[in-house]
Amino acid sequence: MPSPQDRLYTREHEWVKVEDQIGTVGITDYAQDQLGDIVYVQLPPVGQQVRHMEPFGEIESVKAVADLYAPVSGEVVDVNRELDEHPELVNQDPYGRGWMIKVRLSEPSELERLMTAQAYDQYIAQEAQP
Amino acid sequence: MSSPLLRTPLYQEHVRLRARMFPFAGWEMPLQYRGIIEEHRAVRTAAGMFDVSHMGRYWIVGERAATALRRLTTYNVTALPQGMGHYSFLCREDGGILDDVYVFRPAQERFLVVANAANAEKVWGWLQSHIPPSAGLENVHLETAMIAVQGPKAVAICAAVLSPSLTHLRRRGCLEMTWQGMAMFASRTGYTGEDGLELVVPAYHGPLLWQRLLEAGVVPCGLGARDTLRLEASLPLYGQDIDESVNPLELGLTFALSLDDDADFLGREAILRAMREGPRRILACLLAEGRGIMRPGFPVLHQGQQVGTITSGGYSPMLGVSIGMAFLAPSLAQVGTRLIVDVRGRSLPVRVVRRPFYRAPREG
Repeated sequence: MPSPQDRLYTREHEWVKVEDQIGTVGITDYAQDQLGDIVYVQLPPVGQQVRHMEPFGEIESVKAVADLYAPVSGEVVDVNRELDEHPELVNQDPYGRGWMIKVRLSEPSELERLMTAQAYDQYIAQEAQP
Repeated sequence: MSSPLLRTPLYQEHVRLRARMFPFAGWEMPLQYRGIIEEHRAVRTAAGMFDVSHMGRYWIVGERAATALRRLTTYNVTALPQGMGHYSFLCREDGGILDDVYVFRPAQERFLVVANAANAEKVWGWLQSHIPPSAGLENVHLETAMIAVQGPKAVAICAAVLSPSLTHLRRRGCLEMTWQGMAMFASRTGYTGEDGLELVVPAYHGPLLWQRLLEAGVVPCGLGARDTLRLEASLPLYGQDIDESVNPLELGLTFALSLDDDADFLGREAILRAMREGPRRILACLLAEGRGIMRPGFPVLHQGQQVGTITSGGYSPMLGVSIGMAFLAPSLAQVGTRLIVDVRGRSLPVRVVRRPFYRAPREG
């Protein structure tokens, strides 16, 4: 299934959807599928600064753990606390209720370094090949 | 590069079910189909099935079979009643564990040894060099398929699909029968902590058996769920919790040891010596008291000092927290001891608990 067109993507399989200089961040459908059943999502507190392509948290599935990379720099202005009790939302709805943090962009030019949905879909098609 | 992966007789079934495949002990095996937690719950609440054809299967037959095998097993297989099976170790002379196996005796002079996939070649070599030619030895690893059907509904479903006689099997019981003209071995055993059966059929009949069980509602489960299930049941896994440096006493699995007969099995002297001295370390069960997941290799700390390493660890779908196992000094392996596991630099408080982590509710 093609990735949603209304957001941008990282090589580490995060997405960011920007509205009014606030970027909502999550992981892609491909990433959640690769991880399998997600059991913990460790997220930063509101107010913390995150930096472009540096880890902002961790995600653990039954079989693996992975760092979460921030697509954009800025201050965390909201955190999806629903994931504390229901981390499976990331599996069930990675582009919707499985969102992780909202960031107030400090460097909007960073968006130019991210992939479009089309570029990301090509990227994962290559990665999926043996 | 390494040699190509082996495929079980059920490989095409896994492909058809769109399993995610992964390499395991030289085999291309299903990791998961729909998802580890869903498969795990199917086994805990209904019935799931696993392709375990990768495990080694060897017959030792004839009137010399029992005494020949007794030389190799820590459990006294000569006292095993016909139609029963038992867990045992195969030890070196120095007590180191070569493998942990299941030994079945479906007939007085027929023994089936089921070995871990990772040790299959080693065990086969060991049997070949230690079983005298007067006892018949046959390797059926590649010519048979093996399916473990596990869960509270497993036996009833198998009885309906295969034979009503299966309901009469006792726990650890086994029998040989025919189904649709094919030879079948069945035992009431498993590696999940649930009731269930393990079935062995000729390789070319494996897919038919798999399909019939699928049609009867048994959920296909991968090795991912097999690992979370066996960990909840606190069953050790060779290669993670067991290796040749571990002795059976350290695992606390003394039910696999028979020391009251005079049989001079390999490892007996070392095990007796270890019993006199007492184990230096014991495999303890650790339950997380916070968020974070223990994984193999993570340090276990007591008062800031490392006192052990997680050998098996993960998430327990039934308990909703992480569980793990580690070898600890006997003084620290006491139930209730509080320890810290270093989870990538974060401290996860854990507590030593009684085994198993999860016990299936049993009828009657």
